[in-house]
Amino acid sequence: MTYGDVRAVDGVSFTVAPGEFFGLLGPNGAGKTTTLEMVEGLRKPQAGSVRIDEHEPWKREPALQRRMGVQLQSSSFFERLTAREQLDTFGALYGVAAGRTDEMLEQVGLVDKADIRTEDLSGGQKQRLSIACALIHDPEVVFLDEPTAALDPQARRNLWDVLRTINDSGRTVVLTTHHMDEAEVLCDRVAIMDSGRILEMDTPAALVRGLDAPVRISLAPGTLSADDARAVAGDDAVDTDESGTTITTRDPSRVLSDLANRDALAGLSVKGASLEDVFLELTGREYRA
Amino acid sequence: MNAFRSLARAMLKGFFRDKMAFFFAVIFPLMFLVLFGGIFTDQGASKSEVIQIGAVPVLDDTPREVKASLAESLEITTSSDEKDAIEQVRKGDADAVISQRGDELVVRYSQADQVKAATVQGTFQAIVQSANIAVTGEAPRFSLSTDQVEDDSLKPIQYYTPGLMGWAIASGATFGAATNLVVWRKNGLLRRLRLAPIPTRSVVTARVAVSIAIAVVQAAIFLGVGVALFGLRLTGSWPMIVPLLVCGTLAFMAIGLLAGAIAKSEEAAVGIANFVVLPMAFLSGSFFPLDGAPGYVTAISKVLPLKHLNDGMLDTMVRGEGPAAALLPMAILLGFAIVVTAIASRLFRWDD
Repeated sequence: MTYGDVRAVDGVSFTVAPGEFFGLLGPNGAGKTTTLEMVEGLRKPQAGSVRIDEHEPWKREPALQRRMGVQLQSSSFFERLTAREQLDTFGALYGVAAGRTDEMLEQVGLVDKADIRTEDLSGGQKQRLSIACALIHDPEVVFLDEPTAALDPQARRNLWDVLRTINDSGRTVVLTTHHMDEAEVLCDRVAIMDSGRILEMDTPAALVRGLDAPVRISLAPGTLSADDARAVAGDDAVDTDESGTTITTRDPSRVLSDLANRDALAGLSVKGASLEDVFLELTGREYRA
Repeated sequence: MNAFRSLARAMLKGFFRDKMAFFFAVIFPLMFLVLFGGIFTDQGASKSEVIQIGAVPVLDDTPREVKASLAESLEITTSSDEKDAIEQVRKGDADAVISQRGDELVVRYSQADQVKAATVQGTFQAIVQSANIAVTGEAPRFSLSTDQVEDDSLKPIQYYTPGLMGWAIASGATFGAATNLVVWRKNGLLRRLRLAPIPTRSVVTARVAVSIAIAVVQAAIFLGVGVALFGLRLTGSWPMIVPLLVCGTLAFMAIGLLAGAIAKSEEAAVGIANFVVLPMAFLSGSFFPLDGAPGYVTAISKVLPLKHLNDGMLDTMVRGEGPAAALLPMAILLGFAIVVTAIASRLFRWDD
């Protein structure tokens, strides 16, 4: 897929199994949204093919569209309608009985906001409503484009619960995000994209293991004398400052059992690599627009 | 059908809840109707102010019944300061000064208001003539009787109601289509609807139906206010305004779609629509008649859809014409709609 001279998506290939929660990760401009648009049927690929079961989505067959739920990047609502009216309107487009609206308001926790116009909802409430609109016809596959963009931490956690419920009920979910913690918590499998290509694709745990990054073990100040710290760490790096002692090791089990033998576990914290480290390792640290 | 109905309902609610859109589509043009209705009613009734200097026996000796009829068109005040009186005429505070020198009646008037100047001259001419006849002591041989004929020139309210209504409908349909297209493209609703299992035509027909419904509401309010407050009299096949405004709405929606397709933002769409609609309203005679306009102006007005809508509405609403008078304007409006929609659809984008 090219825009002018830019190849927005170039040789991307992946399969999502029924019931899977699949994440497309990448920095801004990586090609996540364009990839999703091709899968949803908003764009026809210039080369290659996209299939949902036997359907080609760009043909926009109503039979397929009734099985697909889509939430687009922006909050796409009718102007000046209330939350309930939005759901009623989208429901009517999919030929859904009116009772579904109350069910969906319940599911996304907007019952008490039903008669508020969408313009007056908070960012998190809008996102939950737009997800409710995507689910109004009980679709088998759900596509979510950056559902938690621009939300505060509470609203994000809140939305994660909603997203988990969707997947737990057996639906296939494909989402794009640039929040690594989100992908780590929610996704069964993720593909990390940059410059229109998939760099890595696996479960979040496997990706983190594959990074083979050292583990940081921290202790409260005064738990370990400088000599003991050096003895425990062996060849590993030791860093002591006023916030405590930190040992960075690739053999955390040996260090931990050593510390346990010395009964020096006060204020212990163990930090392994996260998906974010994998992401930065793959996509580099330079600033993106 | 279900999709069409729910989309139309959503759009109608969106329109009637948008106080700004409602104001500019209905209240604003109505303000002009009230304004024009008021201004031109007063002007018709105003009298010519005449200042009489000293004794004017020709006037003073006229019979009482003549004086009474004079009072309907002239308001005569007396003054002794001739200079000041002439200064008042010069400034436009008075319309004429009369005085009598011997057997000569002197009328000094300003040509600033030609209608009043003619009234004043004609009136005193008649007074002098009848005084002359009275002096001869003979009965006049010729007499004058008058009888009014319905003419083509219309009372202001008869002219302005169709014109301003045309402008209101043009604004409503153009702005509605332009902003709707831009807002839905920008907030992603167009793409969202594209992924719903509904044909694109149900979105388009819903928008057309809503615009026509708004135009019907505008027309009903205009006619109601015109008839109730300003004595508008509907003559001829005025129900033909319904098919006329359907065709007009299609033509103006086409302009709106073109503006919406070109514009990158809602503000730009409104700007482009204004840039088209306001000059079009002037050039189509919505605000004042184009009878005295130069040839090139009438030539330009011929390609403007509002001109043809106004013509059709004037003919069928107030000029007493039959339904056939609406057919040519309707055909032109539909042709315009088809051509402009075709251009707009070439420039149409689903997303930015």
